[in-house]
This record gives sequence, C-alpha cells and structure tokens, in this order.
Amino acid sequence: MFRNVLLPFLNILILISVVLYFIPPNVISQYLGAKSGVLGFAIAALVGSITLIPGFISYPIAAGLIQQGASYAVVAVFMTTLMMVGMITLPLEIKYFGKAVAITRNAMNFVAALIIGLVVGLILGLLS
Amino acid sequence: MKKFFSKHRGYIWVAAYAVLTVLSFVLGFNPGKTIFTSFTQSLVEMVTFVPFLFIIVGLFDVWVPKERIQKHIGRGSGIKGIALVVLLAMLQAGPLYGAFPVAYLLYRKGAGIRNIFIYLGAFSSIKIPMLGIEIGYLGIEFSLVRTLVSLPLFIGIGYLMERYLKNRHFEVRDGGQKKEASS
Repeated sequence: MFRNVLLPFLNILILISVVLYFIPPNVISQYLGAKSGVLGFAIAALVGSITLIPGFISYPIAAGLIQQGASYAVVAVFMTTLMMVGMITLPLEIKYFGKAVAITRNAMNFVAALIIGLVVGLILGLLS
Repeated sequence: MKKFFSKHRGYIWVAAYAVLTVLSFVLGFNPGKTIFTSFTQSLVEMVTFVPFLFIIVGLFDVWVPKERIQKHIGRGSGIKGIALVVLLAMLQAGPLYGAFPVAYLLYRKGAGIRNIFIYLGAFSSIKIPMLGIEIGYLGIEFSLVRTLVSLPLFIGIGYLMERYLKNRHFEVRDGGQKKEASS
C-alpha cells in the first residue's frame, strides 16, 4: 500500500512546488494585504483553491497577512480554501472518487469556504 | 527499451523532475533551485505525516471489523456516527490528499456516504495537530471561531453529498492502484 500511494504523492509534491514558484508567498501577501477588500477576498479564495501549501508555510503567511493589516475574512477564506479545496490534487481525487463526485465535492467546499471566510470575518470584526 | 518504459511509466515525472533539478544545480538555474526548496518543504510535511497515517490505517484495517464500522458509522448511523468520524479525523495529521486512502478504507469497511464526506471535511480543516499550529500563529480566538463556523458547514456538505449520490452509483476506488477498475 505504501508504494501505491507514494508515487501519486510525489507527483503532487512536484506539481505543488512548480505552482508555488509561479505564485510565491511574497506575491500572495502583496495582493492580500491591508485594504485589499473584495478583490483581495476573491484572490484569496482563488489562490487558496488552486494551490496546496503545507500548513507550516501557510500559517506563517497568514500571520504575516494579519500583521500587515489584512482582514480576518481574507485570511479565513485563504486558509479554508487551502485546506478544503484542491485544484492541484483534483486528478488524484478523481482517481479515488470519480470525476463527477470529486468536482462536486470541491465546488461545494469552495462555496462553504466563502461562507466560512465571510462569517469568521464578521464574527471577529464584531468581537474586536 | 520499450518494455522498460511502459513498466516504469508511473515514474516518468519523478525521473524528469530529478534530472531537471540536478541540471538546475549544475548550471545554476535559479528557478529550478527555488522549486526544489519548496519541494523539500512539502516533502518534509509528507514524510512527517505518512508513517503516522499508515500506522493508523494499518491498525484500523486489522483491528476494527467491518461489522463494527457499519454499525457505528454506516448508512443508518446518526449523530453519534458523525461525532465519531469527526473525532477520528481530528486525531490525524497531514494534507487533504492524505485523507483519500483513509476514505477508501472507510468506504471498504462500510462507512456511509455522508460520513465519508464529513470525514474529509473534518480532516481537511480541524485536525488537532494543525489547530495547535494555527493557535500558535493566529491566536485561539481565530482558530475557535473558524472551527465552530466550519463544523456545521462540512456536516451540511456530508448531507448534500449523500443526497446527490442517493440514486447514483457511488464507489471509492483505491486511487493508488496502477491498474484501475473500469471507470
């Protein structure tokens, strides 16, 4: 079983690192920083959905974003799409669940991530 | 030669990547070096979760009989089943794609459709090891609110997926297997 899983995982890692080269963290922070507004929210959702950044890289990015003055909604939608939606991993997901199911799952999670981003932003905005 | 290639076709990307990376370092091609840095970062993440994942999957496979899974998180299981899969997911580590093999195992053991997708949702967003890191970087308030908001949403997705797949043929395949069954 280990060997069966290793190869698709390695392929995913290669793909992730190539995509990360084209969308490096400092560019992400540049576009999602303070006053990025609706556009920032959309970019966060989109970038988060496409890429898959390991947790111990994405959390420092998120913390940096908040320090720069990005809104909680932007950070929450970014983190949630990163975790729940994976365009890069879609080919692998299709192998397990089939095309229709994999795409439906990602689409539903994308919508859920948008809601999570907005609600978390709203609640934390009220609290602070 | 041809036989060799068809036999090892799965490794073509890994091999190509290895060759290009070595070339990048020899020729001093910077993009190649940068890509290799993020590759190793992701690799570290994978290497830290994969053994753990396989221990869990292995023990689960051997120790937990199918009847018990079906009874607790199978088709007719209610809130308790949901709580159980969420708990199971929270105890694990790793990125979303690490959950697919587990989803396959759960499916094979007779878990209900709803619970398989709730498992994926909980696995992706509220794993305890990840929450620990999240609290460290973003604070307890952010993590708590995000978790509490996410929970009902991915449970809802479980119900929606169940409804969507109700009259369809649904199966989880072993995606790691080279030869797939008819798709």
